[in-house]
Amino acid sequence: MFEFRRIIWNLMFLLAFSASSGYAQDTEIGVFKNLEGKIDIAGGTAHIPVMKETAEQIMKVNPKIRITVAGGGSGVGVQKVGEGLVDIGNTGRALTPAEISKYGLKTFPFAIDGVAVAVNPNNPVGALTSQQVRDIFAGKIKNWQEVGGKSAAIHLFTRDEASGTRETFWEKLLKKGPIDAKANIVASNGAMKLALAQDPQAIGYLGIGFVDQKVKAIKLDDAEPTQENAKSGAYKVTRLLYMNTKGEPRPLVKAFIDYIKGPAGAKIIQKHGFIPAQK
Amino acid sequence: MPIPGQTRWHRLEQRQAAIKGLLLGATIISCGSVLAILGFLGYFAVPIFSQGHLAEILSWDWRPFQGRFGILPMVAGSLCLAAAAMGLAFPLALGICGFAHGLGPQRLGRPLLGLIHFMTGIPTVIYGFISVIFLVPLVRNIFPESTGYSWLAAALTLSLMILPTIVLVIHAQLQQVDVRVRLAAAALGFSPAQTLLWVLAPMASRGLWAAAVLGFSRAIGDTIIALMVAGNAPQVPHTLLDSIRTLTAHIALVVATDSTSQAYQSIFACGLILFGVTAAVNFALRRLQTRASGAMRHD
Repeated sequence: MFEFRRIIWNLMFLLAFSASSGYAQDTEIGVFKNLEGKIDIAGGTAHIPVMKETAEQIMKVNPKIRITVAGGGSGVGVQKVGEGLVDIGNTGRALTPAEISKYGLKTFPFAIDGVAVAVNPNNPVGALTSQQVRDIFAGKIKNWQEVGGKSAAIHLFTRDEASGTRETFWEKLLKKGPIDAKANIVASNGAMKLALAQDPQAIGYLGIGFVDQKVKAIKLDDAEPTQENAKSGAYKVTRLLYMNTKGEPRPLVKAFIDYIKGPAGAKIIQKHGFIPAQK
Repeated sequence: MPIPGQTRWHRLEQRQAAIKGLLLGATIISCGSVLAILGFLGYFAVPIFSQGHLAEILSWDWRPFQGRFGILPMVAGSLCLAAAAMGLAFPLALGICGFAHGLGPQRLGRPLLGLIHFMTGIPTVIYGFISVIFLVPLVRNIFPESTGYSWLAAALTLSLMILPTIVLVIHAQLQQVDVRVRLAAAALGFSPAQTLLWVLAPMASRGLWAAAVLGFSRAIGDTIIALMVAGNAPQVPHTLLDSIRTLTAHIALVVATDSTSQAYQSIFACGLILFGVTAAVNFALRRLQTRASGAMRHD
């Protein structure tokens, strides 16, 4: 069992390495050969796959560099970087003016993430207008029949107060409109997917990167929620993912951020279902 | 030249002093940490009082993005859930203890207690997960208007989680009743059921109170089951099928928000209320208990 796991890990390392072995990326990652030290990263959970893979690539080239990646959510990211406990605090939302002035933070957007409205795959409803979604979440539309589905109560699922996904959905799609107080609240994208996959009457929303065959993404105002449409602007419920530092980053941290924002980073970002942000 | 006996006496005294000191230290550390927690909670809750947000926080409306920060629905949620879980678990625990102590056949009683012991070792998150996979869809299938994430589903799960605590405390108390008392009861011609009802149960009444306090404290302090199963809607429940949010789940959901926000401040008020409720239940039941055992002695 243990052997098997090690083989898998080695394979993953190999894949990660081979993916980054082009000439241009060799020189890009070459920056790290002359650096050493430690980078601690914490915060937004959507960022973790990108951070981890980048860290692995860098640590493979130079074992003298140690990078740790932790979660905690956007709020934790701000707090930890602000108090100087980590070098990079990730957020899935823009910093508030209060946060920037309190801690003197510098922010680096690096990827675009789309938020998709989703239902159970057995639900015949596949397309909604923005107004219908607003009415459903406000509790005005209570039955699937009213939007062309079977006669069954609509089960609302939303995300917690600290969720960047919720903030994006609420600002960009609901236009800061009300969400019914009866709506169930789940604490992560994973829990949302599970709830939608189990309940044929459910509606909720989650990061496009999390959409697979277990849930059905809703076509919104005739725009499919795909990364391509998010990039072209045809799909509008999107957000930026940010890295934040306290003041100017140290050279090693700066190199890390530049790497993620460069061509090699773009490949990692795309691989995990996000779109590299324009510089 | 010292007398050997005296030296030994001296050593014994020294050792006793050391043990006393150690125990005193342990007491001070445990009491101190409880007080420190209370102190920190109070300290962090100061902005609520100094900025005059108290009335706002003690209201029935939680809509943080519309500037409403009332946590009373969560207080109601916590009390409803803990009470329902206790209401289910306590009679069941009494039944199990009765079964194991004379009402049921000995051959089944022992394995039953063994099973209860085993249940204490199951991590809470397992109960929550199994519940999300099996119980929540079951509730939804029976009551299609509900999402399944509900007061009912959470209370059922939570009662299963606190059951071992209650059973084991009552069981320990029943076991402490002197064997001679049992024999005397048997000699007087009491059946096992009569012995349990008229002899063992009254003598173990202290244990019943202790079990109730511990069970309730666990129920109201649980976070993960409420978070995973109860649905977390910040509303006062009207039926068992409504989605509810407990104070603990509220803290877990809000703790990751912007630490300068008022929503974040409200969780320290939640902490204080939780602390207060647990302490109040402890004190109230302890008073009832001393009164009850006092009455017993006078009989």
